[in-house]
Amino acid sequence: MEYSLSDMYNIALMQGFAGLSLFAVLLLMGLGLAIIFGQMGVINMAHGEFMTIGAYTIYLFSTLTESFAPGLMNAYFPVAIVFAFFIAFAVGWLVEWGLIRHLYARPLDTLLATWGLSLGMQQIFRSTFGPKEVSPTLPDWLMGSWMPTEGVDIPINGMFVLALTILVTGGVLLALYKSRWGLRVRATVSNRTMANATGINTKKTDRVTFAIGCGIAGVAGAAFTTIGSTGPTSGSLYIVDAFLVVTFGGAASLWGTVVSAFGIAQTQSITEFFLSGSMAKVLTLLTIVTILMLRPQGLFAAKVRR
Amino acid sequence: MMKKLSNWFSGGGYSFVVLAAVILVVFPLALDAFRLNLVGKYLTYGFVAVGLVMLWGWGGVLSLGQGVFFGLGGYAMAMFLKLEASSPENTAIQSTPGIPDFMDWNQLTELPFWWEPFNHLPFALIAVVAVPMLLAFIIGFAMFKRRVGGVYFAIITQAVALILTVLIIGQQGYTGGVNGITDLRTMLGWDIREDGAKLVLYFVNAVLLLGVIALCRWVQVSKLGTLLLAMRDKEDRVRFSGYDVSMFKVFVFCLAAGISAIGGAMFTLQVGFMSPSFVGIVPSIEMVIFAAVGGRMSLVGAVYGALLVNFGKTYFSESFPDLWLFLMAALFIGVTMAFPNGLAGVWEKYVVPRLRGKARERQPDTPPSPPSTALPTKPAPSGDLPKGISSQSA
Repeated sequence: MEYSLSDMYNIALMQGFAGLSLFAVLLLMGLGLAIIFGQMGVINMAHGEFMTIGAYTIYLFSTLTESFAPGLMNAYFPVAIVFAFFIAFAVGWLVEWGLIRHLYARPLDTLLATWGLSLGMQQIFRSTFGPKEVSPTLPDWLMGSWMPTEGVDIPINGMFVLALTILVTGGVLLALYKSRWGLRVRATVSNRTMANATGINTKKTDRVTFAIGCGIAGVAGAAFTTIGSTGPTSGSLYIVDAFLVVTFGGAASLWGTVVSAFGIAQTQSITEFFLSGSMAKVLTLLTIVTILMLRPQGLFAAKVRR
Repeated sequence: MMKKLSNWFSGGGYSFVVLAAVILVVFPLALDAFRLNLVGKYLTYGFVAVGLVMLWGWGGVLSLGQGVFFGLGGYAMAMFLKLEASSPENTAIQSTPGIPDFMDWNQLTELPFWWEPFNHLPFALIAVVAVPMLLAFIIGFAMFKRRVGGVYFAIITQAVALILTVLIIGQQGYTGGVNGITDLRTMLGWDIREDGAKLVLYFVNAVLLLGVIALCRWVQVSKLGTLLLAMRDKEDRVRFSGYDVSMFKVFVFCLAAGISAIGGAMFTLQVGFMSPSFVGIVPSIEMVIFAAVGGRMSLVGAVYGALLVNFGKTYFSESFPDLWLFLMAALFIGVTMAFPNGLAGVWEKYVVPRLRGKARERQPDTPPSPPSTALPTKPAPSGDLPKGISSQSA
């Protein structure tokens, strides 16, 4: 098949946008983890399940709205996203209280315990919502695509996820570097004993930080409902990608997370154009692992004496 | 020599003899052929768990990719068996006879060059151990030389597991895809599907496992074992004493990989197929939980852990499929929070002192028993040591 020059241009444009929306997805997945794993050093293998909580929240809201207030179908989505944050936040708060706080000194054991947690949560999802994948009914304004010129077709849900990602990332960056909470988090992370001595309630800081990370995972999951369906085991599909994004960027650096999500997404979508999907994935992962072996601390290592 | 031997026994020799009796005598007498084959399958996971005791318990390095090595060993074995099962006579109905059926389905017309050497059993047997160990060496050397450990190592091994599964599933024509390599029949003309063959394979498996435990125990009581423990607890001090810490870690990682691979090969022989579902992240983490439940410091305990969790899995997923995941979750959380040393830790902490107390009551004149191991057993100072890990249990 012959492509004309303008076809090539359009394909490049759409491929570029596909890469951008993958970037948004990866970044949203990684953001919560960048706080929990990158800042706090807790390995939360149940992170994917917190995303699933967010996704099921949207599904719940859409079903409720559809049956009780069909007129509000266009408005429920933003409200549901806020609720997705707070429900995941609340669950995260409880999990920190019941589980994580006992294991801060043993990071590898948090890994096992939270993996157990993720299994339990998956079974709860399965018992509550059934084993089948579900998708919420999306409001009309999220459907369809935007055609700036003839031949270019940019899906609106992709743009929505991108916008949401920019919003959340900006919010997290501001909160972490410009707010009192951020100051306390950074102090606690870099030197817990000293932070405690200066009067920072490190226990409370830990709990709020963990819960916020979980809340952001919830928002990520909520955003993903615009792209794909949700099942009990959806979370486990994301978890390795999320960890790689954070590790690759350099665990303690939020900017690193942004850059690594961008790099991974572009590599993936460019190789996908030439190879099959699975080989593109293998190639991308191999590249990440190789670079991580050469630069174990990730792209942007925090310059901290340990 | 005598001292070494006595160390060996006081550090777990009796439990080793008990384990040998259980898997060589009790199980074969008590179970029918089907159940015994099932136990044999569980014991192949015991190999991985034993490897993890060395790597994680003694070396202090947690790998979440042991399924990779288990799978590579299993696939190496399966490739040999598959080639034997697809002789030109057996595959005469295919468009290209003489190549495995899944290759024919995927329009391959000749055997890929890297399958060729697997026509020979000696090559396949060496590959079972050599390929995983080589991969472990590359990963280990690259990581440990740069002092990457702990969490980062765990995540990288997980990524490796993901890469391998995606690769196997994606390259259907060369690997059999999601279904894996199935329909394995004979090994050098010996039908491995018959009950008699399964019994023989069970005993080969059991003896190999006991041999591997003995080998690991030998490493543990040697100077190398002491150094591994020292390195796990205070890596810098061992490094400053002039030892090349990273090479010890590479060694123990390769050892664990080789052991897991033997388990994988035995799995293929006993179960009759190999598929990517034993390679990925989920099975790899389950293998860690076998070691954790049995006790990450105890070679023998790890085997019991593998048996117990798998029995539980079979029983509960048959009877109460909904409860199984909850139970597994409770096991993960409960063991890591309450019993960091697993069953072996519980045994050491609660049962052994009581037994000793009873024995002392009966014979008040005997002096208290000597410390159970020659390795230094100082109480864990709070803070820098993982809570509850001692070098006592073995």
